[in-house]
Amino acid sequence: MSRSDQFIEQWLPIIGESVLQTFQMVGISLFFSVLIGIPLGILIVLTRPGQSLENKVIYQLSNLIINIVRSVPFIILLFFILPFTKLIVGTSIGVKGVIIPLVIYSAPYIARLMESAFLEVENGVIEAYTAMGISTRAIIWNVLLREARPSIILGLTISTVSLIGATAMAGMVGAGGLGDVAYRFGHLRHEVDVMYATVVILIILVQSIQSIGNRIAASIKKD
Amino acid sequence: MIVLENVTKEFNSKSGTVKAVKRVNIQVNKGEIHGVIGYSGAGKSTLIRCVNLLEKPTEGKVFINGVELTSLPLPKLRATRNKIGMIFQGFNLLKTATVYDNIAIPLKLLGYDKTEVKKRVEQYLEIVGLTDKHTNYPNQLSGGQKQRVAIARALAQEPEVLLSDEATSALDPETTDSILELLLKINRELGITILLITHEMNVIQKICDHVYVMEDGEIVEQDTAIKLFTNPTHPTTKKFLNTISQRNLSSSLISQLKVTGAVTRLTFVGESTGKPLLAEVSQKFNVQPNILSANIIELKNGIVGNIVVHLIGDKEQVRNAIHYLEEQGVTTEELEGQSHE
Ligand SMILES: Nc1ncnc2c1ncn2[C@@H]1O[C@H](COP(=O)(O)OP(=O)(O)OP(=O)(O)O)[C@@H](O)[C@H]1O
Ligand SMILES: [Mg+2]
Repeated sequence: MSRSDQFIEQWLPIIGESVLQTFQMVGISLFFSVLIGIPLGILIVLTRPGQSLENKVIYQLSNLIINIVRSVPFIILLFFILPFTKLIVGTSIGVKGVIIPLVIYSAPYIARLMESAFLEVENGVIEAYTAMGISTRAIIWNVLLREARPSIILGLTISTVSLIGATAMAGMVGAGGLGDVAYRFGHLRHEVDVMYATVVILIILVQSIQSIGNRIAASIKKD
Repeated sequence: MIVLENVTKEFNSKSGTVKAVKRVNIQVNKGEIHGVIGYSGAGKSTLIRCVNLLEKPTEGKVFINGVELTSLPLPKLRATRNKIGMIFQGFNLLKTATVYDNIAIPLKLLGYDKTEVKKRVEQYLEIVGLTDKHTNYPNQLSGGQKQRVAIARALAQEPEVLLSDEATSALDPETTDSILELLLKINRELGITILLITHEMNVIQKICDHVYVMEDGEIVEQDTAIKLFTNPTHPTTKKFLNTISQRNLSSSLISQLKVTGAVTRLTFVGESTGKPLLAEVSQKFNVQPNILSANIIELKNGIVGNIVVHLIGDKEQVRNAIHYLEEQGVTTEELEGQSHE
């Protein structure tokens, strides 16, 4: 048996499972972050001064919350909200235990990215639709979200990549995933090959996500 | 019909209150085209945005076909806005939608069914002359074509009035003319009432029945296009008229010429444009007319001719000649040279 076959036989199940866990963590937390981040992005765009739902209090409050959360590094956030996580999902370890910190970390980030995506949509188009007597809700769906799609996709690509990074750190609280494998085996037990393998997998993962994102965005963008 | 009654709009900012529009009164009757002209910052955009309440007037009332918009609750305001089309300098189309969808999407959102949407999109793309561009995206179109799409989008709602905020300002002169032709066509064929704002006198000249000159938030002069072109009184109006026909001679030249007679601007409208009046003047009086400049301006509702003439002769004869010209329906204006130092 060659060295590489042996390596594969020994590590494939472990690494394979960790990739799956990474996907799980990224997928679930991305889902909830989008659910919070996009509406929050819309809110801060539409409540800013001069916009249709202009509201100083809501605008400044949401900005403040986003900034506060965004200024805490993920690793600190992770430990800081451990008790809260435990209260909500009953555990603070494993994939389940890390979703809440990941969402709290990622949602405000997505909100910011969405804000800049929406701000790229020409105000004039929104105005033209308002002038036609079309409701704000319909404008959100058919103008704001529609026109911002290329930037939304790019923003989500960026936040997915940053979520992958965050899940690696989540390995610290026993969440599993690639980071966990790299830390436990690669670092603590000096299995250098395992370290290399996880790094290569991460690079491939990030590269593919980025190029898929770029491609979709380019196909929607028409200018 | 569009009526603005004492419309005032103030903006409050950190640096203080800006009165962008001051007690403006406008009445555009059904089927007419009225134009507001003014320099940058005069308050034109603010004014036209007050008509469909994109800007809520601080004071005053806005009526569309007798309905007071300024007192309507939002749902009713929306319903009324369907009857007010608007086009913009920047076109404001969806970049990610085809020409077809750019017109179809608002119709769908306004609740029209599929067949009606299709019918209208095709009908109005035909009117603006873009039947072959259904599947193009805005960035594949020229500025003029984009504005046509925007016009089709506005028309597809079948509005009774159309507001135009500098719709031709981003276009070259030739494209501007073709868009103005289109606006005239929809005004004639569909009977749509149009209120437009512009900083270009040739837009007013080509399609407006009535003109308002706006400066510093106020309407400083207003009249029918013919009267305004014949007999402008406000300095700003005169400046705008100078942009389409060189009306001014240098004051030193005028001073020189005045030694031997009068320098007079003669403005002819309609009937009087046809008569050889200057020939008559030289026969009837001992006055020799020497034409210094002349031009003719075609307005929507008529023709205005402008001649600056040096009437050479003695004072008495010149005065009689001018009097005669006025009797014949010519508007005269004696030009003044340098003030005596
Ligand atoms: N939202 C606003 N807040 C504060 N001031 C404003 C606002 N909109 C317009 N103004 C001010 O009102 C005045 C008139 O502006 P407006 O845009 O109506 O001018 P305009 O005649 O359309 O000029 P232009 O030809 O450059 O478009 C300007 O002094 C402008 O700074
Ligand atoms: Mg303007």
